[in-house]
Amino acid sequence: MILFIVFLPLLAAAVAGLSNKAFGSTLPKLVTTGALFVSCLLSWPIFLHYLGGGEPAVTQVFTWMKSGDLDIAWALRVDALTAVMLVVITSVSALVHLYSWGYMEEDPDQPRFFAYLSLFTFAMLMLVTANNLVQMFFGWEGVGLASYLLIGFWFRKPSANAAAIKAFVVNRVGDLGFMLGIFGIYLVFGTVSIPDILAAAPHMAGSTIGFLGHRVDTLTLLCLLLFVGACGKSAQLGLHTWLPDAMEGPTPVSALIHAATMVTAGVFMVCRMSPLFETSVVAQHVVMTVGAATCFFAATIGLVQNDIKRVIAYSTCSQLGYMFLAAGVGAYNAAMFHLFTHAFFKALLFLGAGSVIHAMHHEQDMRYYGGLRKKIPYTFWAMMAGTLAITGVGLEGVFGFAGFYSKDAIIESAFASGQTGAALTGVLVALLTSFYSWRLMFLTFWGKPRWAQSEHIQHAVHDAHGHDDHAHAHDAHHDHGHHAEHDGTGGYHPHESPLTILIPLILLSVGAIFAGFAFHKFFIDPSAGEAYWKGSIAFREKLMEAMEDLPMLTKLSASIAMLLGLLTAIQLYLRKPDLPGKIAAQFSVVYDFLLHKWYIDELYDILFVRPAFAIGRLFWKKGDEGTIDRFGPNGSAWLVSQGSRVTARLQSGYVYTYAFVMLIGLTAALTWAIQS
Amino acid sequence: MIGLTHYLVVAAILFALGVFGIVINRKNLIVMLMAIELILLAVNLNLVAFSSYLHDLVGQVFAMFVLTVAAGEAAIGLAILVIYFRGRGTISVDDVNRMKG
Repeated sequence: MILFIVFLPLLAAAVAGLSNKAFGSTLPKLVTTGALFVSCLLSWPIFLHYLGGGEPAVTQVFTWMKSGDLDIAWALRVDALTAVMLVVITSVSALVHLYSWGYMEEDPDQPRFFAYLSLFTFAMLMLVTANNLVQMFFGWEGVGLASYLLIGFWFRKPSANAAAIKAFVVNRVGDLGFMLGIFGIYLVFGTVSIPDILAAAPHMAGSTIGFLGHRVDTLTLLCLLLFVGACGKSAQLGLHTWLPDAMEGPTPVSALIHAATMVTAGVFMVCRMSPLFETSVVAQHVVMTVGAATCFFAATIGLVQNDIKRVIAYSTCSQLGYMFLAAGVGAYNAAMFHLFTHAFFKALLFLGAGSVIHAMHHEQDMRYYGGLRKKIPYTFWAMMAGTLAITGVGLEGVFGFAGFYSKDAIIESAFASGQTGAALTGVLVALLTSFYSWRLMFLTFWGKPRWAQSEHIQHAVHDAHGHDDHAHAHDAHHDHGHHAEHDGTGGYHPHESPLTILIPLILLSVGAIFAGFAFHKFFIDPSAGEAYWKGSIAFREKLMEAMEDLPMLTKLSASIAMLLGLLTAIQLYLRKPDLPGKIAAQFSVVYDFLLHKWYIDELYDILFVRPAFAIGRLFWKKGDEGTIDRFGPNGSAWLVSQGSRVTARLQSGYVYTYAFVMLIGLTAALTWAIQS
Repeated sequence: MIGLTHYLVVAAILFALGVFGIVINRKNLIVMLMAIELILLAVNLNLVAFSSYLHDLVGQVFAMFVLTVAAGEAAIGLAILVIYFRGRGTISVDDVNRMKG
């Protein structure tokens, strides 16, 4: 069954990608979407099976390579950890496929788009079912490739190409760490099989290994190298710069790859290798610190961004920080739980944002939204569910939206493990999360329409007038034109998205509302969790028990922070809409600092990009053109042309010269003949 | 007594005059043709002188052949010259350089 789940998307991708244009776009769309829904329907029983206490299973496919001690097989491993990822990937992917029917309706390249989506799904499934690190790396690179292709899907747009290349290059940096980690693991353990490594890891504690001329702790080094890989893929502080730019891709892509699945691959990898991380306190500390730092950093940037997709992108970055924070304090199950819930509500937020963008004629700037609540009610309610889930609204012991359970679990586990600093960061970020999420909602759905100034909208209205062939409709449009100055709509009336967009929104809303409530017992309950995870991750029962004994105030801290964020957002964006501008002007230094994303891109530009260009130019101008070309091809060509110019001068054309030379030659030849 | 040496010296002087006439002459092509005639006659003189010295008539017969060929060559050379003059309007040696590289 797992074979079908994994390979159906690949088959569908091949059919859609290689099918002739003569088939049109409907057949490829049907094939890919159908395959994904089948995969999804097959995945849920597996998940339920493990909820009921299934044992891990490995399906051998065939041998990949065998050379000496190195034995790498294609094998699909399914256990509780994989099962979680399976449902997340196939469900979100299936819904995104369906969503794309509506969202990409007018795109001429739809078969290519659907083929890429399915290819991505296959690579991601390969990654999560990997039984050895090399196979995981195959999936890892596969999703990277698909991500590159999809970010650059609109390849005629220079910014999309640039973003795609940036994503690929930044990911390479992380991949280098991951590769070094795999090499190191093979060197130390003599195998790349994950179960063997995890079984052997505790015996290696305390050993040292030479690295860059120093003796360092073996396991710490291996963990940190793997974590560098995880940082690249999961956009953690330092290697996060590609994620916001990746929003150049179509919105369904952002939802599937850059929110729900691919960016969580790093978290998944850390959880998969969690017994290894458990052996190194230093590595765990690094994971926790980087997680907490990213969590805070990305949230602060999210506060001031104006592009709706960028706000959600930074939110994703921040939530990934939460997951690493949890992994760093040893609550791998909490990290996976947040990954699980986050996939639903973040995919929902992205698809909702896509629906808004669709309705607003590709305008993405929230400053040109406002008052959309009545215009697109279904999208509004879906986004509402997503926002309630991400901010973590809920009441302990009664009911909560998805994020409530998972975020609380992370913050509580941080408190319970004694990492108060990380826990307080988590609480603070809960406030920031709540603020930027509600800011997004208020700017988009409340207030008065502000889109008359938007170029996209003006374009749309202009087009509508141009294409108008109903004579009687002219009056109506004319009326709207008059209203333009008063109501800020500029004569444009947003329309609700088609059913193919709304159905995924509704289904994901269900996930965002109930995913936490329905499954929190299996993920984080001390005894039920132990029974569920069954050693697929390092499960700390004591930590989970300690969480339940925390004082009431610490338990409520996240909810209090959330309410504070909500109240601040209400105050700033509903009651006094002119206040944010004044605050921004007052603290313009801080505002600019955040708006320019902490100037990280600028810093990298100075530190890496420009020196790289300078070195490149040096080699190009001085090395290639100055040395190789000058003395190589150009030099010999110069020699030949100069030589021929000299010889050509001998060819004077005068008869007497020829006669003279002939005579001299004849004399010389005769002399020589007589001499010898 | 006029011996073989005198004939050979005269022939050598004539030959040298002919060669210099070709190489140094910058005037016109007719002079060049005449220089060629001079070279041929120098050779003829050599042939006849040796023929008489060695008492072998072959040399004199050969000289007759050379004269015939020289006459033919002069006729063809002048004919080319006339055509060339018609075409280019000059027979100055310095202007005849169409084969310049």
